Amino acid sequence: MSVAILRQGDYLIASIQVDLSDSQVLELRDDLSERIGRARARGLIIDVAALDVIDSFVARSLGSIAITARLRGAETVITGIEPDVAIAMVQFDLDLAPLRTALDLDEALSLLDRLTQGVGEDGA
Amino acid sequence: MNQENQSNEDPSRQMPEVDRSLLHELVAYLRDNRTELREEWVARITQAQLLEVMTPEEIFSEVTAVYDNYVDALETGSIETLQAYARDLSERIIPRGVETHEVLGIVLLLRDVLARALFVEYQRDADLLNRILDAYEPAANRIAVTVSVSFVEERERVIREQQEAIRELSTPVLQVRDRLLILPIIGVLDSARARQLTEQLLGAIQANRAKVVVIDITGVATIDLTVANHLVQTVEAARLMGASAIITGLSSKIAQTLVDLGVDLSMMRTVGDLQGGLEEAERLIGHRPAAKGSRPDAAAT
Amino acid sequence: MEHEVRVPITSDADLVPARAEGRSLAQALGFSQTDATLIATAISEIARNIVVHARSGEIVMTGIQQPHRYGLVIVASDAGPGIPEIDTALERGHTSRRSLGLGLPGARRLMDEFEVETDAAKGTTVTMTKWRPRDELERLRARRRERA
Repeated sequence: MSVAILRQGDYLIASIQVDLSDSQVLELRDDLSERIGRARARGLIIDVAALDVIDSFVARSLGSIAITARLRGAETVITGIEPDVAIAMVQFDLDLAPLRTALDLDEALSLLDRLTQGVGEDGA
Repeated sequence: MNQENQSNEDPSRQMPEVDRSLLHELVAYLRDNRTELREEWVARITQAQLLEVMTPEEIFSEVTAVYDNYVDALETGSIETLQAYARDLSERIIPRGVETHEVLGIVLLLRDVLARALFVEYQRDADLLNRILDAYEPAANRIAVTVSVSFVEERERVIREQQEAIRELSTPVLQVRDRLLILPIIGVLDSARARQLTEQLLGAIQANRAKVVVIDITGVATIDLTVANHLVQTVEAARLMGASAIITGLSSKIAQTLVDLGVDLSMMRTVGDLQGGLEEAERLIGHRPAAKGSRPDAAAT
Repeated sequence: MEHEVRVPITSDADLVPARAEGRSLAQALGFSQTDATLIATAISEIARNIVVHARSGEIVMTGIQQPHRYGLVIVASDAGPGIPEIDTALERGHTSRRSLGLGLPGARRLMDEFEVETDAAKGTTVTMTKWRPRDELERLRARRRERA
């Protein structure tokens, strides 16, 4: 299976296991959209450590997932961006502003806790 | 049997066949007269003002080893032992400040001293002298090249290690407190260093699970567009790894440069001095920070 | 040493091996982890271009060696309809956010050399190269190995 999706309380954790083709990325987007609704999740964590690269398509797709998730009431956090991938992403000059990121799972969970409890400064 | 040999051939090859009995004879001569020839060599070294960083005792000890290795190499035709010795010698003398021209110089002097000695010994028979020199010269030249190349390689290895150490020293990432890193940058910031800085910083963020990084550029005098962009990219890359970056020590000169260059500073937090930056960092870590990387109602991509 | 790897690009699934081969070849040539990722990312963009605009094509990756540097040359070619107004497309620079997914300006930023030949009749060929300098010591060693 290319993506493992677990539930932890109010959150969904999607852990990508292998480098994904574009079609698989789109499938993931649809899959997550449906699951968030079903689980009434308030938060989504996507671990991208297994992705070989994060190029313009992947970045856009992650942004798209985050927007869809928010429409369904969930905040999204991306984790697992390694130093070399981060450097490639910024050098590529992608529009990364919409993506929320955290260093690892622990940080992502703390971040989601802060975001989903009361009004944060982001006005969500 | 005489042979034409290119004396600058790669030393890693065995020396080609020369008249073995002749070689044997001249090697025997060089061994028998070891003491005198070695002394003469040292005299020439001193006269040429080489190896002045070494004491007479050190010079004596090294020249003895070189002489013996040299003659062995002439005899066996194999330069492996000589190479190993040359590397070892280089490792010892490079930190003392001995330079390439000195090493090459002393080897050539030895070659000359021995050649002259052979002249003197065999001058009565011109034909024999020619054959002796035919045997000696290519071997001696190959030795010179071997020793020099070994020295140069060792020197380059040392220089590279030093460069690496300097690079690391000059971009130290310090863990000040839990989850907080400081990166003080001093001196000239060029593209290569900026890239190395980014990689080091991101690695440190990962290793220390840092939430805030304070990049202090008080010690940087000037900055150009390329480097400014590197800085902006570094901040952004740190954010992708879940850390906020604060730039401190921005001089008014650099600030003006950045403005003139049209660098987008909106994504960068800047604070005047390091102290202020640390306080801001503490605030970010300790209190409810603004959710990292959040942009309210981002436009669809 | 000339390593050559060919990856046919006929569907989006081919991007996965293309990225992996690119990274692998880059590492074999001694590129740093970061540079290997930059290269794989550029390959991903160019390969996607083929799939999206031309449906099929090929990527050829070659490791080359010069006296002072190593290089990884990537040639992506297709027989598609060409890229209209290529000069504008390449000049987009910061407007990659509004790009039609061409990814070319982005890929160009990641590589050292970048050239595009495009033609409605013949299709498109993108040639991009990343270099890594060789230092003195490596060169000396290589010379001795060659002679041994």
